[in-house]
Amino acid sequence: MSNISFQLTVNGVAREVLVEPRKLLSDVLREDLRLTGTHVGCEHGVCGACTVQVDGRPMRSCLLFAVQMQGNQITTIEAVMKNGEYSPMQQALHDEHGLQCGFCTPGIVMTFEAYLKENPDPTDEEIAEALSGNLCRCTGYQNIIKAVRMAAAKMNSPKNQEVEP
Amino acid sequence: MSVDSDIVGAVHAKVRHDSARGHVTGEARYIDDMPMLPGTLEVVLVTSPHPHAGIVSIDVSAARSADGVRAVMSADDIPGVNDVGPVFEDEPVLAAGFVDYVGAPVVAIAADSYDQARNAAALVTVEYDVRPAVLEIEQALEQELYTYPPQFMTIGEPEAAIAKASHRIDGEVRCGGQDHFYLEGHIAMAIPHDNGDLDVYSSTQHPSEVQHGVAHVLGVPTNAVTVEVRRMGGAFGGKESQATIFAAIAAVLADRCGQPVKIRLRRDDDMIMTGKRHDFLFRYDVGFDDDGRIEGVDILMAMRSGNVADLSPGVLARALCHADNCYYLPNARLRGYPCKTNTVSNTAFRGFGGPQGMLVIETVIEHIARTLGRSVDEVRAVNYYGAEDRNVTPYQQRVKDNIIVALVDRLRSEIDFDGMLQAVDSFNASHETLKKGIAMMPVKFGVSFNTPKLNQAGALVHVYTDGSVHLNHGGTEMGQGLFTKVAQVVASVFEIDLDNIKISSTRTDKVPNTSATAASSGSDLNGMAAFNATNTIKARMAEVAASHFETSVDAIEFRQNRVYAGNESLSFADLAQLTWDERVSLSATGYYSTPGLHWDAKSLIGNPFYYFAYGAAVSQVVIDTLTGESRVLRTDILQDCGNSLNPAIDLGQIEGAFIQGQGWLTSEELVWDESGRLLTHGPSTYKIPGSRDVPREFNVHILEDAPNREPTIFRSKAVGEPPLMLALSVWLAIRDAVSRVVDHRHMPHLDAPATPEAILMAVDDIRRRDSQTTTAAKV
Repeated sequence: MSNISFQLTVNGVAREVLVEPRKLLSDVLREDLRLTGTHVGCEHGVCGACTVQVDGRPMRSCLLFAVQMQGNQITTIEAVMKNGEYSPMQQALHDEHGLQCGFCTPGIVMTFEAYLKENPDPTDEEIAEALSGNLCRCTGYQNIIKAVRMAAAKMNSPKNQEVEP
Repeated sequence: MSVDSDIVGAVHAKVRHDSARGHVTGEARYIDDMPMLPGTLEVVLVTSPHPHAGIVSIDVSAARSADGVRAVMSADDIPGVNDVGPVFEDEPVLAAGFVDYVGAPVVAIAADSYDQARNAAALVTVEYDVRPAVLEIEQALEQELYTYPPQFMTIGEPEAAIAKASHRIDGEVRCGGQDHFYLEGHIAMAIPHDNGDLDVYSSTQHPSEVQHGVAHVLGVPTNAVTVEVRRMGGAFGGKESQATIFAAIAAVLADRCGQPVKIRLRRDDDMIMTGKRHDFLFRYDVGFDDDGRIEGVDILMAMRSGNVADLSPGVLARALCHADNCYYLPNARLRGYPCKTNTVSNTAFRGFGGPQGMLVIETVIEHIARTLGRSVDEVRAVNYYGAEDRNVTPYQQRVKDNIIVALVDRLRSEIDFDGMLQAVDSFNASHETLKKGIAMMPVKFGVSFNTPKLNQAGALVHVYTDGSVHLNHGGTEMGQGLFTKVAQVVASVFEIDLDNIKISSTRTDKVPNTSATAASSGSDLNGMAAFNATNTIKARMAEVAASHFETSVDAIEFRQNRVYAGNESLSFADLAQLTWDERVSLSATGYYSTPGLHWDAKSLIGNPFYYFAYGAAVSQVVIDTLTGESRVLRTDILQDCGNSLNPAIDLGQIEGAFIQGQGWLTSEELVWDESGRLLTHGPSTYKIPGSRDVPREFNVHILEDAPNREPTIFRSKAVGEPPLMLALSVWLAIRDAVSRVVDHRHMPHLDAPATPEAILMAVDDIRRRDSQTTTAAKV
């Protein structure tokens, strides 16, 4: 099959890509745009390691064709840090030991960056529910759930809201 | 070994994982994230569709001329020896003459792109002569087909003791295998250099074995190959021996094409082609007294070794060495059979036979309890190893550090175990459909490789003239936090903040002839090697400081990033510069070998373990007797980590190991069809625990004030594997719930994994048996 050329908006920047129309978004991000923080774990949409945001919603990039994404805003793990500062979710995973081998971590960050915007004060039960689409083989999830709770608390604190526009 | 310290990141501090920043930002690189050099080829393998067949012919002509193809290789093209067996020479890289499992690599194709390689793979024609296959453990057992000779362990006079005992029962139970499901699958990248030298990046727990395997397959000396691994995206034993074959394929193709070659298994291929935890069939015959004290036991342990031995000898030895768990077995015959089947060779998996050995003895204990109408914990209590007597294991090692009784008592009193039991009773009295179960699980796990020679490690430490430190050792990082712990050791010895220590990739040219990072021994071995290297440099620096301050070496003290002689001091960095100025070496290797180990692999007698790690867990579950569903309501854990090197990392290991063990025992079911094909080769059909499967309430504690009585690194204990076996509490609690359906009148017939289907069938079965005996009693 021959390559086609199209534009993708990734992390706010318009990028020209020349790939086969059947190439997956995950592969285009990793191979063509060298954004390797998005990991591919199972290749069929179950493990959640490849989660990115499409127009602010978490999506599995291994289940999307890149060519479908023209006109959408794609956000990857590489854009989560702002001005060299962690997001609250990143900070919490870092501080609460919410990671071991780290392969699933970027997908979890992307899931909860989106989730916490819509659900700023989740219960542990709701966090576990929201986390159920991201498999982690190392941690047993305890510290990840704790980290989400911490991140939510931080985002909800009055001090933080002053900083956030 | 002083441990009071004011530096940042000393041992025993809750330091974060060294790659935490890289992981939350996605900057941490795995092999597949490395920029590929121009001309890097990718590999696709043509594998066997049959469990057992002769290879009549292989036609690769069409594949060879396909677009982008640079090399097509079968067994005949291997320049050296076509073998990567870690113990025996029985494991080909590419099938030669026959295939003996579905997924066996037959042809390897390197092309400019993965898609081109895959297209070419479809053009390869292999003609097979299909042969009868042995797919089940029982078949192999009946036909006496083994991958290597069976292993027997005997102590006392088991037959006589069983025959003489007041009670005698027998039974059968089995446990399933387990796929590792590391999130990062197998991957290797080989880069050829001049003179035939090769660099290999491999996601492996055992860089030295990959190095040896690659050299062996290429027919070059070991020094021509350098293997590097910075981190793995999980391993769990699945990358102890299994990585070699893929590294070897990449290396041979790279050597042949003169171009870099990368091979990355896609998830389904990884699950089909690589070994798993061994599933076992157990049969037991046990004699015991009126209190439930075991007088003699005979246990058959038949494991699915698969097509070749791989690490089965070690796994089976460890299974035999853990069939006692915490219990004194004065007369025992433990018979291990490594059944040769036409399925992929099983391999190391966290626990390495220990979980399987414990599963059978816990079943025996439960069976004794049900037979005598006593509680399982009463039967345990009379069988625990003693402190002064009744303390010799079936392999004749004396248990000198036994703390299980005190540990269990502490856990039970802290959680009010008796109150929990009553609550379960009253719940069940008022619920017909839902039944709760509760069980405790004590664990004693032997730490050290069963093979004494593997218990050695090396480290390389450099201090640069600005006082920064470069640390290298033979251990590998798979997420378990080993690199962090070893760096804490170096920081503590030098008394400098942890951020002065540069953690570096494991490389075979820095530290040679290493053992796998396995058997929970990573920090015990490499921590001690790094400790020794660091102390060598520290002693030299102390001499320079003593001369500088015109005092004795004894008066020199390293403290809080400085070096003191009374009131005078230098910064660590200034002393590093001064040491160089004085032409004294700032680089040292360190070496460590675990003392006091011996093991006779024939008689299975010896002192294979340096010490034991202990732990206990209590789990409560609820089952739905109409659907078979189960849920873990609460788990409480107390784990012995000695003086933990890093309690935060250790807690993560305990929680993660427990959940992984719970998966093995409940939801993770490997299914093969009658043609020997694995049907559960992805996460949509193979269910590892998700966030909602963990215990609703999960309380995990590390036993405090419990230094290792052996002089391990800062008196810590290994933690990687032992807590996995605590998950047997979940399986035992499910069995308890099933048994409670008939008020403990019968033993449940429930193997592992206890899936909903299995639980439902066990409930129906125990009800049927109960109604039969009730009817019989009436007649």
